[in-house]
Formats: sequence, C-alpha cells, structure tokens
Amino acid sequence: MDADVHGPSIPTVMNLKGKKAIVENQKIQPLMNFGIKCMSTGFLVDEDKAMIWRGPMVIGAIRQILTSVEWGELDYLIIDLPPGTGDASLTLAQEVEIDGVVIVSTPQDLALADVSRGVQMFNTVNVPILGVVENMSYHICENCGNHSHIFGDSGAENMAKNMNLQFLGKIPLHQNIRETTDKGQPIVVSQPKSQFTQAYNSIAMNIIKYCTNK
Amino acid sequence: MVNYQTILVLSGKGGVGKSTVSSLLALSLVKMGKKVGLLDVDLCGPSIARIFGLEQHSVMNGPNGWIPVYADDEQRLGVMSLAFLTKRDDPVVWRGPKKTSIINQFVHNIAWGDIDFLIVDTPPGTSDEHITAVEAFKDFNLDGAILVTTPQNVSIDDVQKEASFCRALDLEILGVIENMSGYVCPTCSDCSFVFGRGGGERMASESNIPYIGHLPIDPKLTASMDGTNIMKDFETDSIKPILSFIQRYSKQ
Repeated sequence: MDADVHGPSIPTVMNLKGKKAIVENQKIQPLMNFGIKCMSTGFLVDEDKAMIWRGPMVIGAIRQILTSVEWGELDYLIIDLPPGTGDASLTLAQEVEIDGVVIVSTPQDLALADVSRGVQMFNTVNVPILGVVENMSYHICENCGNHSHIFGDSGAENMAKNMNLQFLGKIPLHQNIRETTDKGQPIVVSQPKSQFTQAYNSIAMNIIKYCTNK
Repeated sequence: MVNYQTILVLSGKGGVGKSTVSSLLALSLVKMGKKVGLLDVDLCGPSIARIFGLEQHSVMNGPNGWIPVYADDEQRLGVMSLAFLTKRDDPVVWRGPKKTSIINQFVHNIAWGDIDFLIVDTPPGTSDEHITAVEAFKDFNLDGAILVTTPQNVSIDDVQKEASFCRALDLEILGVIENMSGYVCPTCSDCSFVFGRGGGERMASESNIPYIGHLPIDPKLTASMDGTNIMKDFETDSIKPILSFIQRYSKQ
C-alpha cells in the first residue's frame, strides 16, 4: 500500500506505471505484479497531476485505500509511508492496528534527527517499532569495489542501539539497485543472486521472525 | 509589500537534498554581500536549524515580530524554524489548521530587518505547508520556486508533480537543480552515477523549465551539513552551479 499520496513511487517500482485501478463489486481492485497486490494514488489519478491536497483530503484518500480496496487474504500488508510525521502517518497510526514500523534512514546526522522524531511519534501513539534499516549505508564502487561512507558511517545503526531498537540491517548504495528500481525490475526479482538481494532478504527474515514471535 | 525577494525551494520527493540546497542558496547570497533570511517551513523535519548548528536556540519576540536566530555574528543570515519553538527531537504531529496558523505567523510575523532575499525551505510534496506558504506569500515579492530532484525516475516523477503544482498556483519556476548527480570514487577516481544522470536536465528541457545545474555527491559537503561550521565549510567546488545561478539571479 502506497500511503505517499504526494509522491507515489510504488507504480514505478513495481512496474505498474501508467496502469489504472478498476472498481468491481464496489471495491477497488489492487493491481498485481511479482505476486504482490499493490495500491497507490498513482493508480487512481493522472501521473503528472499534482495532489495539491490539504490534510483532510490526504486522510480521506488513505482511508479509502484501506477500506475500499479488495485486498483479499493477505499474510502481510506493507505500507510505504511518506517522510515525516504528517497526516498520513498519524491517520494510519490511529486507525490501523499496526504490527510494527520499520524505520528507514541514511546514516547521516541530518536524517537521524528526523528518525528520532518519528520514533517518538510512534511511541506516543503506542505503535511498536519493529526496527531500523540503514539505507545507502556505504557506496560500493562499480569499478574497484571500494567502500565509501559518503553519507557517514553507521549513524542509523548506532542510533538504533542508543534507542534500544532492533537493527534490521544495512543496504549499501550501488547503481544496480537504483537502475533496477527505476526500470520497475526490483533487484530481489531481477538479480536474485546479487549481494544486495541478500541484504533485503536478511531484513525480510528479521521482520518475519519478529512478527512470528509476537 | 516587502523589500526583499522570496524564493521557495521545493521537491516532490523527500531526501533529495532540499534543505542542503536551500542552505547553499542562502550562503551563496551571503557570500555575494547580501543580507538573507532563511525560513524553514518543514514543520515535521526542520533540518535548517541543525545544518547551521542553531538547534539549542530559542526565539524571542520583539516589537516587530519574532526575531530570527542569526547564523553569524555580523547578522547577515537570519534563520527561522519551528525547531526554535519546540524541544529538540520532539515530533510535531500537527494537523492542517495548526500548521496553517504557524506558517502564516512565519510569513507575516518575523522581524527580518533589511534583508535582500528570503529563501524558504519546504517539506517534500504539495500539501498544507506549500499551499499555505504560497497563498501567504502572495502579498510579498514571491519571485518563484526552485525545484530539487535527484536524477532517478522515481524522483523525476515526483518533481514533475511539483512543477504542475507551481503552474496550478501560478508560481514561476526559476529552475531545476539535479542533486546527487554522480560520485567520484576516492580510490580509483571513477565517477559513478549511482542515482543516474541527466534525469533532471531532461525533465527541465521537456517541461521548458530553466536548468540550473547538477550537484555531485560530495562527502565534504555532507560532512559540513553534519558539522558545526557550515558558514566557513560550504564552499566546495561542487556548488559552482548554485554560485553561478545566484550571481545571475541577484543582479536582476
């Protein structure tokens, strides 16, 4: 579920760009790819159109996606949130029974300040934090393999430790991830043997472990 | 009416470096001898105070409104942010009306003094903060907006929406900056276009928007954003496109 109403990226990432959702039996039908049912405002409005929406409309859209989509039987619903502690996050936190929040951050201090706010917000509304992922952890040079900590070193991992949160894993910064994402060929599908796929798989396993043990 | 010119810095996507670009625009203007205000209307993630090492400061009220926090002793760069009104790391979980109210105060009630330019950093997207800011600034010299994107498709998609927002609200787009455009490996000097390349330039050309230029990923710049002395440390080679744009813009 793409809860980023202003910047819906799920259609591009899941290779469903340009597709529109249809309504059947008064329910919005999710679009399917790679075995995953997807819903986004990107499927409901024209691509180039800006969602110049104040809070109440954002809340309305989120509610509609939650309640009017024919999700069917699911084991997991992954909700992609916009950055910040705005209406989308608040509405979901207050209206959905969330099993856990995965916080994604780059290592740099500037990003971590926002992580801290997010964690506090979810704590305030009693939504459990599943753990922290450090994205763009270090750059791997395609040419020589050198690792550079261009956004800082282990900032998110250290913050997770300091805040007593589970650290789910690091994803490095590599062209392959961006290229495959932009093409709508997620790397875990298009390059299953890649080390980056291993990184995502490891995080997914940690999430399953957490949810199973709850 | 006010005597200063105002630029909004917008992006469709989060994490593309909007606050960095806003800070660099402000610093470049100061370097050219201008007096600048830097207003952060990203209420949920107010990064500007952090970038300038001003988080511990709070705001005082004067006869002409809230007094900005100055980033330098000479008072060439005044900063205003919700960070000065809240405790550090406290989340801001406000709904629309409260956000609208504070932004209106930020627009109307700050004693900027005799600044030449006001740079406004915004949150990503096109929501309450943006609508309120544009509407509130209508009575002021709102020159237009600068759009920040990274080169990759998911960012370009969102910045196109931002451009569409500007058109819908009759806000002139002063230009597009493509950020995080390339990284030079310190070991082998190979330039990696890890977020792609040219997406911002292409989008600007296709949408008939001026292209300001691209900024590479520069660890020195990242470090200066995380450090404590950005007013001295910001002048790396990588920010040339911003300096050129500011040179042209400030002469108008």
